Amino acid sequence: MKPGMTKLGFVRSGALIAVLCIMMMHSTFAEIPLAERRSGYDLLSRETRAMQNDDTANPGMLWVLDGEALWRAKAGTAEKACADCHGDARETMKGIAARYPAFDPARGRPVDLEQRINICRSEQQKAPPFAYESKDLLALTVYVTRQSRGMPIEGAVDERLKPFVDAGRALFTRRLGQLNLTCAQCHDDNWGQKLAGNPLPQAHPTGYPVYRLEWQTVGSLQRRLRNCLIGMRVEPYAYGSPEYVALETFLMWRARGLPVETPAVRP
Amino acid sequence: MARALINVPAKARRGEVIEIKTLISHEMETGFRHSTIGVPIPRNIITSFVATYNKEEIFRAVLFPAVAANPFITFYTVATESGTIAFEWTGDNGFSATETATITVE
Repeated sequence: MKPGMTKLGFVRSGALIAVLCIMMMHSTFAEIPLAERRSGYDLLSRETRAMQNDDTANPGMLWVLDGEALWRAKAGTAEKACADCHGDARETMKGIAARYPAFDPARGRPVDLEQRINICRSEQQKAPPFAYESKDLLALTVYVTRQSRGMPIEGAVDERLKPFVDAGRALFTRRLGQLNLTCAQCHDDNWGQKLAGNPLPQAHPTGYPVYRLEWQTVGSLQRRLRNCLIGMRVEPYAYGSPEYVALETFLMWRARGLPVETPAVRP
Repeated sequence: MARALINVPAKARRGEVIEIKTLISHEMETGFRHSTIGVPIPRNIITSFVATYNKEEIFRAVLFPAVAANPFITFYTVATESGTIAFEWTGDNGFSATETATITVE
């Protein structure tokens, strides 16, 4: 046992090594056929599904309410609210989140919805950008994404996104970290099996920002990716880094056609 | 600012058992955690929840640090007459939030 390593950590790493061995036996690196793709919702317990389905039981709806208030609140030296340019989000933001991350011609790269909100904030509202994972940024992102609930994810239809989808796929299938794992080993090859007692989902980002019961709060897709990377013992990328956006772009392409569930509830 | 979501049926028959659902945003900081530099994070929780039906108390709960963030409390009551069901949450640091819902009993 390494010094400083707890007994629990030792048992956990033993379990992970066992999982790793099983995965090495099953490494096929095949993408999931379109018809077999399933949202993580299908793996939820009956109680968690009921929580997501009922808008008065879904805690993510609290962020929707906050986001709605922020949408109408004037901010920055420009004294402008989101609603002053974009009007009623229920109309103007319908379907927007289903095609994010979107290509930003001015930057020559895709930006995700959180980044788009912060670009609007600094360029249009002349206000300081929100910090990643701050309550306000999550609330606005949840509010905008919710307007697309039930609509199919478009998934990188824009030709200019193709190189970034490929970059994301390269990261998804690349061995990383001390455990020498790829994302695909869990989420393409072994979905539906158990990892430390929990079912392995296919990793379709259909409900982000998501209310995660373990976090007791809403978190972004980047926070979820960071979580997976730490589990793989990879030093996580910085929030907003191009690696995360490429992964997000790839994951949305991979989930194309599945309906948006935001705000989803996950264990 | 605390946000709350209330689910009370708008209409009910007299004598019907109705389900009431309440959800409020609150971090429910336990007081047992420390910050990254080792400073204890002070407790900040909701300590009490009371529901009244036409000013008569029908449900009361005392909350403790083990309750998760954004407490979701549901309970049942008998629809006796039309009126107002009021909810009040109180907690640490002077926290207080109220909500009301109206019900029509036929």
